[in-house]
Amino acid sequence: MISINVNQQPYEIDVDPRTPLLWVLREQLGLIGTKFGCGIAQCGACTVQLNGAPIRSCATPVSAASGGEITTIEGIGFGGMHPVQQAWIDEQVPQCGYCQAGQIVAAAALLDRVPNPTDADIDTAMRGNLCRCGTYPRIRRGIKRAAAIMAASRDAADSSDG
Amino acid sequence: MGVAIRPGNRAGKVAALIADDGVTVLNVWLKIAPDNTVTAIVPHAEMGQGVHTTLAMMLADEMDADWSLVRMQEAPAHPEYANYALAKGYALGDADFPAWLIDTIDGVFLAATKAIKLQITGGSTSVPTTGMLGMRVAGAAARAMLLQAASDAWQVPVAELRSENSLIVHEASGRSAPFADFAVAAADVSLPPKPRLKDPHQFRIMGTSPPRLDIPAKTDGSARFGIDADVPGMKYATIRAAPVFGSSVVAVDEAVVQDMPGLRKIVNLGDAVAVIADGYWQAKQVLDRLPVEFAPTDHDTTEQGDIFSHFAAVLDAANARDGNKVDFARGDATAALNESAKVIEAEYRVPYLAHAPMEPMNCTAWLHDGKCELWLGTQNPLGFAAEVGDAIGLGVEEVIVHNQYLGGGFGRRAFPDFAIQAGRIAAEVPYPVKLIWSREEDMRHDHYRQASISRFRAALDSGGNPVAWVNQYVDKHDPVEAPHIPYAIGNQLIHYTESRTHVPWGFWRSVDHSLHAFFTESFIDELAHVAGEDPYQFRRKLLQNEPRYRDVLDLAAEKADWSRALPAGWGRGIAIHRSFGTIVANVVEVEVSDGGLRAHRVVCTVDCGFAMHPDGLVAQMESGIVFGLTAALYGEISIRRGAVAQGNFHDYPMLRIDETPTIETHIINGGGRVGGAGEPGTPAIAPALANAIFAATGQRIRELPIRKHDLQRHELESRDTA
Repeated sequence: MISINVNQQPYEIDVDPRTPLLWVLREQLGLIGTKFGCGIAQCGACTVQLNGAPIRSCATPVSAASGGEITTIEGIGFGGMHPVQQAWIDEQVPQCGYCQAGQIVAAAALLDRVPNPTDADIDTAMRGNLCRCGTYPRIRRGIKRAAAIMAASRDAADSSDG
Repeated sequence: MGVAIRPGNRAGKVAALIADDGVTVLNVWLKIAPDNTVTAIVPHAEMGQGVHTTLAMMLADEMDADWSLVRMQEAPAHPEYANYALAKGYALGDADFPAWLIDTIDGVFLAATKAIKLQITGGSTSVPTTGMLGMRVAGAAARAMLLQAASDAWQVPVAELRSENSLIVHEASGRSAPFADFAVAAADVSLPPKPRLKDPHQFRIMGTSPPRLDIPAKTDGSARFGIDADVPGMKYATIRAAPVFGSSVVAVDEAVVQDMPGLRKIVNLGDAVAVIADGYWQAKQVLDRLPVEFAPTDHDTTEQGDIFSHFAAVLDAANARDGNKVDFARGDATAALNESAKVIEAEYRVPYLAHAPMEPMNCTAWLHDGKCELWLGTQNPLGFAAEVGDAIGLGVEEVIVHNQYLGGGFGRRAFPDFAIQAGRIAAEVPYPVKLIWSREEDMRHDHYRQASISRFRAALDSGGNPVAWVNQYVDKHDPVEAPHIPYAIGNQLIHYTESRTHVPWGFWRSVDHSLHAFFTESFIDELAHVAGEDPYQFRRKLLQNEPRYRDVLDLAAEKADWSRALPAGWGRGIAIHRSFGTIVANVVEVEVSDGGLRAHRVVCTVDCGFAMHPDGLVAQMESGIVFGLTAALYGEISIRRGAVAQGNFHDYPMLRIDETPTIETHIINGGGRVGGAGEPGTPAIAPALANAIFAATGQRIRELPIRKHDLQRHELESRDTA
């Protein structure tokens, strides 16, 4: 049995420890928002966060994720809507939508680390996530809008604290 | 143009397919619920192009529905939803049918499209045909029926009533009531054979950009794609087809893998071997270790270079025996060439391309109770049902297609090979099977955009004006007009010869336009250069009889600051091309430096007649441009020992965010027949980019992809010779 924590829920699963985390999420846990794209960490469709850092779950054995905190698209908003998700709707980012769970999870990880990212920051953080529909210009705008939403809510929190 | 509905009969046939408790099915395209919501029944697949939203808008606007009360339901895979509007759009254009003909025309087309099992999303046709000929008419007819029902109920003339925001209003008496109050009575009103459609100045929803209906579910993981199908008791399969197209399975050594964990069954399909296991990863582990012997074929030693050599030989042979097929001829181009002192020749080539949608091919199939249920994303649910049924001995009505969101289509999901495999695999076991192709299988068993060679000869007169244009190329598919040029050149001969290879062909976003725009718009640039003219002005002069093209071209040049000087090492290129009824011009700015090639900026102008959803049109232009840039810079499928050499995104790379230029799109609503949006963004970007590279370096790109060329070295050479 392998223990993993996904979206703040503990799970015990009976699976070959070499099984990629992606397939455990999708087939064992039913968390199908995370997508299969390439199987070799080339496209980012399977991106989830492990302890806040984006990882490619298609190339991460489930055993390597045991003990860490895994966050998927289903848990990124902690029961509500993450500012990146709101920004994605505001900017009408997705087209086919298949890569977008990975894009959103990667963008959220970027904003946790760099609250006000430059174009260069976005390029570096997001170049591992392919989008065949070419939504990149809107992903860039979406990240900047999400940064603004998060800054505004921080300001509001600061002023209510003060 | 009245179509889509005939008194009573068809709504009754489909009611069982689309009705829920309490709703009224007013016609095949819409139903009204007691809470006054209107549901548009959209017979097209959503693959990111926004069709579910845009077609619902067209219906809602004609109906005077309140957009916040409009819902969307994808039509079932059923013959009643075959694309007769689509077929009619192709066949009849914008003909304004007299009312007495409508029944006949509808009957003829519906019968024809049912017979060929068309329920296709493709060809950038959804808005121009289903939307213009189906949804708008259905909405307008529903409005007329509701007004009539209200008139009967309130005993006032129809002329005193108006419809707005999903209400019927009688101003004189101050009465107003929701559509839903009249829905049941309206369903009994005979359908107006030719309901009046709005003029553009009356549009309230068409031409605006409400948020797409499918987007929220695509931000929280809840959108269901084919690969997400969850059928109780299902197992997982993956597959390896014979690597060389046309080969077959000779032997499978199951003993090697029989003890591997999770293995359920190995299925030999004759041209492919599938492994069924408890999970995808287990199935893949088994398949990777499973020894399979494939039969030799005539193509086992074929290399990509052989294919291009063959194309060249076929073109030469066609010339030698006068064996070309004529696409277009005007004047006497051969004579004009022979008489000219200035003849320019060039040969271009493009490689095969794969679709590589982000969601690999997959299909879940379950045979039970004499039926086959399929869960997948398809661009042609009805066609798939027929093909899968044929493969496993069921009729089309016994195959139930549950169409899901498509994780990219681009033409690939119009081909049913993977669904047929899933049906045949599922026929071997009593449980549902989800077949998932690996990325490598997806790359190596696609239906590919053709590789091609295109040769040009042109003549300029003493004033630098082109007087002859001869174009010969290999392999023609669709649309027929793809190699045609809009330029005023008096003598033209465009002809081709066929040279089908063993590599399967498929519709690929913009189809033949994807190569011919690169060929023709690069070569016209060459002529401008030889004539010593500015490439924008040269095109403009030759578009003297094409004001719509010229407007699109002018706006692109203006917005791109065409005449503004650029830094050393930078270049600006322009191209214009019409496809699927929509004209698109691109101006690209590139920088070629020690760091390589960088496209900084794309200005895109587009005239599709009328932009139904302007933000959606902008999104499709951005999408088409990125798709076209990927192909121009990187796209190459090559044949090695008869099989596709590439396998995944490391050797079939895609444009990434850090390489994506800024893209500015400007819309012209030029009026007239409405064109498509999904594909027209792709064709013009490759030649605009190649022309920009020429402007920056003096190097003419005559073969794609651009990454095959060493731009920097050439630039240094051209400096040395300068």
